[in-house]
Amino acid sequence: MLEVSALAAARGDRVLFASLDFSVPAGGLLQVTGRNGTGKTTLLRVLARLARPEAGVARWKGTLVDELGDEYFADLCYLGHAPAIKDDLTARENLAISAGIAGVTVDAAAIDAALAEVGLIGREMLPGRVLSQGQRRRVALAQLYLGSRKLWLLDEPLAALDTEAADAFIARLGQHLHGGGVAVVATHHAIEPAAPATLHQLRLGSAR
Amino acid sequence: MAIHWFKYASPASFYGLAGRMIPWFAGAAVVTTLIGLYVGLVLAPTDFQQGDSYRIIYIHVPAAWMGMFTYLVMAGWAAAGVVFNTRLSGMMVQALAPTGAMFTFVALWTGAFWGRPTWGTYWVWDARLTSTLILFFLYIGYMALRASIDDPRRADRAGAVLTLVGVVNIPIIYFSVQWWNTLHQGASVRPGSSSMATVMLTGMLVMAVAAWMYTIAISLARVRSIIIEREQHSAWVGELLASEGHDAVAGTSRGAMGSNQQGTR
Amino acid sequence: MGSDTIFPLSAWEPPVNLNWCLTPITVLRRDLLLTLRRPAELMTTLFFFIIVVSLFPLGIGPQPELLREIAPGVLWVAALLASLLALPRLFAADHADGTLEQLALAPQPLSLIVFAKLVAHWLTTGLPLTLLAPLIALQFDLPASTIWVLVVSLALGTPILGAIGAVGAALTLGLRGGGVLTAVLVLPLYIPALIFGAGAVEATLGGLDAEGHLSLLAALTVFTLTFAPWAAAAAVRISLD
Repeated sequence: MLEVSALAAARGDRVLFASLDFSVPAGGLLQVTGRNGTGKTTLLRVLARLARPEAGVARWKGTLVDELGDEYFADLCYLGHAPAIKDDLTARENLAISAGIAGVTVDAAAIDAALAEVGLIGREMLPGRVLSQGQRRRVALAQLYLGSRKLWLLDEPLAALDTEAADAFIARLGQHLHGGGVAVVATHHAIEPAAPATLHQLRLGSAR
Repeated sequence: MAIHWFKYASPASFYGLAGRMIPWFAGAAVVTTLIGLYVGLVLAPTDFQQGDSYRIIYIHVPAAWMGMFTYLVMAGWAAAGVVFNTRLSGMMVQALAPTGAMFTFVALWTGAFWGRPTWGTYWVWDARLTSTLILFFLYIGYMALRASIDDPRRADRAGAVLTLVGVVNIPIIYFSVQWWNTLHQGASVRPGSSSMATVMLTGMLVMAVAAWMYTIAISLARVRSIIIEREQHSAWVGELLASEGHDAVAGTSRGAMGSNQQGTR
Repeated sequence: MGSDTIFPLSAWEPPVNLNWCLTPITVLRRDLLLTLRRPAELMTTLFFFIIVVSLFPLGIGPQPELLREIAPGVLWVAALLASLLALPRLFAADHADGTLEQLALAPQPLSLIVFAKLVAHWLTTGLPLTLLAPLIALQFDLPASTIWVLVVSLALGTPILGAIGAVGAALTLGLRGGGVLTAVLVLPLYIPALIFGAGAVEATLGGLDAEGHLSLLAALTVFTLTFAPWAAAAAVRISLD
């Protein structure tokens, strides 16, 4: 599903990684690890087309990502370090807006169901500014459960989550993979879902 | 032919080419400046209205032309950078900007010195002076933007967008200033433009050529420094410095990616 | 909380054949809602406009003829500066909290999303300034016919200020000294709008027809709104890289 060949990226003068090759099949999970500053975030941003690679290409379903354009974005859900939560909007509004921005059509019931899944029901009317870091992260994760986007690119999704929420997320990740989805996750936590199709490991910075 | 051009779009090969071209353009600049000044200051007659003060046009007019034209050249390189994504383009824009700003400033400065004896004041809100002032602001904007971005690749791309937005706006700015000026009927004195002696025109054109040659030579020299600075960790710069007897700059990325392969990505 | 009445979730579903505009419409409504939740920012911009305009009689003197003469320029320059100060509202908060990345990843053209943001921005900056201007113009003893032209010129001109400003705001995202830098980049490009806008009011004041100025201003508005969102979208992508 997702194939990467000869990918290289740099930050300023420093080469983060070069000639990176991997492919993740449908139902595959790629866990990206590596010390700080080895380019985990940059790799995810390059895959999300937010950052430009120095060299190399990525293919999604056999087609160059650059040629797919909006079709690729429609399949993609990227969660970065910042959870994109507005302080002045309620959890519910934040989630509805995240979905709208991603072009996913949802109704109120679906929003509430997703919020229930991340354990925020009863808090859905609280404004973003009173939510804790973990709760903000939960709202951000909830948008993964809306729509049916095939490719998840997640940068430290478990940051600030408690054990219970982390386990729930890993279970949900397993469902996503069973349904033929693909995920690239940068994290040091053990995220092996119950019965993974394939778990690939990529350790950045070890080549040097 | 396209392949030939793209070969020189890679900074590594352009570095050598620029080095070979600089002496020629620098030489031409010196020669044309001497000829132009001789024609302008010695051969050309004294103006019957303005006396000898008009002779500042041999600096003023070529500087104004060059300031204007350099911005267009910058926009051309910026457009090439956006379309072909060549690394050299951004470097050329960066190299041209200070010279363009300098000529624009010289045009304003000499314009003020010319205005004093001619109009009796250093500054009038004449359409051409005002437009030149705005052009100077555009150069300052480009250089300020570049200066505040640390990553040179981002600076290249951001600078390209700004330059292109600027060049689209220049005709609009010129037209609006012209319009504004005619409505306000300010100083509409246009010294000595109607009938100019051939020898005066010749001197001015030769000086314009000199400005061209100077701009090409100085921006090529500047782009060479930019190339060396930006590519200091690449293999070819290491070899170059080693061959010239300097210690190669040791970098973690040295040799990891040759610059040639990225030149025309 | 009553948020469902302000932002009814049931009304989220757009007509099926209009699915492509879901993201822009979401962004437009969200930006309006955010301003509604925190109106202080909008009010600050408006008060800035009022204060700057009020400084001129204090600096120049209260002679009615003089004030009437400088009023078009003063009002326009003040509106221009107020728009400039409002520019960070366009992208800075979205850039800081990660929303801008999500906008760049939306399956719709980013220029269309930027256009939606510009519409929301104009409704919460340009339009209030335009509506406030007649009131301020009374301080300068402008005749009624002139005030009408002032309103039209600001209504046509403020979208230009927002659209060109968006390019500058996007280019300077996350940079040191972003605000001042934006001003240096954007102010020279504001000059044509200022000339046509203030010129229209001045022409009316001098007993001339303002139609020429206003036509040129309208043409400039159309031109700018066509191309600036595209440039601003490119600038946003560069700043995210």
